[in-house]
Amino acid sequence: MTFNKWTRFSLPVLFILLAAIPFVAQATDEPFYVTFFARVLVYALAACALNIVLGFAGLVSFGHAMFIGLGAYAVGILGDYGISNGWIQLAACIAVCVVVAVMVGSVCLRTSGIGFIMITLAFSQMLYFLMVSLTPFGGDDGLNIYESSDFGLFTLSGSTEVYWATWALLLALALFLNRLRTSPFGMVLRATHINPRRVNAFGYSVFRVQLSAYVLSGVITGLAGFLLANLTAFAVPSYIAWHVSGELIVMIVIGGIGLVTGPIFGAIIFLLLEEVLKGWTEHWMLIMGPIIVLIALAGRNQFAWLKVFFNRPSSAPAAIEAQPAGETR
Amino acid sequence: MTAPSLTVDGLVRYFGGLKATDEVTLQVRPGELHAIIGPNGAGKTTLINLLTGELASDGGRILIGDVDVTGQPIQQRVQLGLLRSYQITSVFDSFTVRENICLAARRKRGVRMAVWKPLVRDSETMEVVRRIMAECQLQHVADEAAANLAYGQRRQLEIAMALAADPRLLLLDEPMAGMSAAEGTAAIELLRSLKGQYTIVLVEHDMNAVFSLADRISVLVYGKVIATGTADEIRNHPDVRKAYLGDDEDA
Repeated sequence: MTFNKWTRFSLPVLFILLAAIPFVAQATDEPFYVTFFARVLVYALAACALNIVLGFAGLVSFGHAMFIGLGAYAVGILGDYGISNGWIQLAACIAVCVVVAVMVGSVCLRTSGIGFIMITLAFSQMLYFLMVSLTPFGGDDGLNIYESSDFGLFTLSGSTEVYWATWALLLALALFLNRLRTSPFGMVLRATHINPRRVNAFGYSVFRVQLSAYVLSGVITGLAGFLLANLTAFAVPSYIAWHVSGELIVMIVIGGIGLVTGPIFGAIIFLLLEEVLKGWTEHWMLIMGPIIVLIALAGRNQFAWLKVFFNRPSSAPAAIEAQPAGETR
Repeated sequence: MTAPSLTVDGLVRYFGGLKATDEVTLQVRPGELHAIIGPNGAGKTTLINLLTGELASDGGRILIGDVDVTGQPIQQRVQLGLLRSYQITSVFDSFTVRENICLAARRKRGVRMAVWKPLVRDSETMEVVRRIMAECQLQHVADEAAANLAYGQRRQLEIAMALAADPRLLLLDEPMAGMSAAEGTAAIELLRSLKGQYTIVLVEHDMNAVFSLADRISVLVYGKVIATGTADEIRNHPDVRKAYLGDDEDA
């Protein structure tokens, strides 16, 4: 199945199924479903955002939890000062994420490979320890958010409201990324992953293109944090913990690097698996770990692990199979 | 836009203690096809990299037309129309031939805020792409991934990309390296048709191509230009015969 066919098929099916969840929850009187899937969608949003740099540009950012934290604390800190106007909070969230992404990106993008991974991680850890030690804003215990973001027309006051806001935002993002992928900007961004030297030789600035992508990715991840804070009514340093950044990467790997709907599937599979295994045994990581390893081993190519699963022979020629995972057509 | 001249004055580049480019001085006239020949390791590719800005020079000056581009970044030089091809094929392997050429053809307009309309649906770009694909005989593999092309076709794509970027000054680094005889002949014909449209600096090992195409030839040995002249002058130049063609070769 080619990339376009898969996206065209999976995207509508996925979002129709996700739209049914609040109604199913209502019919079965299980409001927990909505809360759980709202969290899934928030992480799917963050993973899709990370996929812009990781999947398209091949930049493994190991510090994207930083932006979740920035978004969450934009709601938390402004709320603490009694500002619950959603538009003001949103503007602050976006502004802070842009400024931080430009600064962090400008430094990180001077490195590549392991250097890039470690520096993004370092910046995210800096914010983590800053928030842990900032006692006026709750420090280690985090900040309670007593008033949800109020957008006038609607308020993100309950799981259902957050669910629909995230659903709509995620749908918009998926449609946008589907266009971005083949747009001139997206093509040059993907080209920087394949052959940065040649991109420069045509007069495009690899640095600028990558930085733009990093900022875009950071801002959208910030929006995920914004929604997460409203969902949990809480902003806490653990949102910025390094393993959150790692989980976002795992979600992308599970769903397929560089695929538009991949990270959404990845988030659903990862968090469902976690939830089911947690209910089953206290030592759920013992089972989760090997499953992720197996998926990663089988999934060097996009969705290759699904092919293994369904035992569907691959029709792609060998040369395509051998390409870097992010760039299979 | 007219083809600019290229002036290189006392260009120097060290790799550690090695003077890879040694006071190179060249005067390439507007619209000229200027070949650079020399034995392996003479510093031909280093010179190209210095001209494009991929390597920084340690001394000397580079002028495109009247503009001093010494120390300027690649982007500045590309804006003046300086484009290159690579000796080692440097295409975007997982993109199709059409997408590869599109990326090159798009360079003048840039990609700022261009996040919606697909690259290959842009009519202005596609017009250029169609013309270049026809010129370089790549239409029949337009939708093939570059990675799946035969070697000769990859070399053609390499040149096609440089041409699609609308060059005024073209640096071709061994465009015929590894091509079959038939492909080489086709490439010579292509280059001949380009003559006069652009200023071309051609680095090539194929003496057949060099002597039949070049207006003038410079000979590079150990990073130094030892002679510049027409094909006849170079053939009969005693230093060139000694250093490059060999004492006993009947050139």
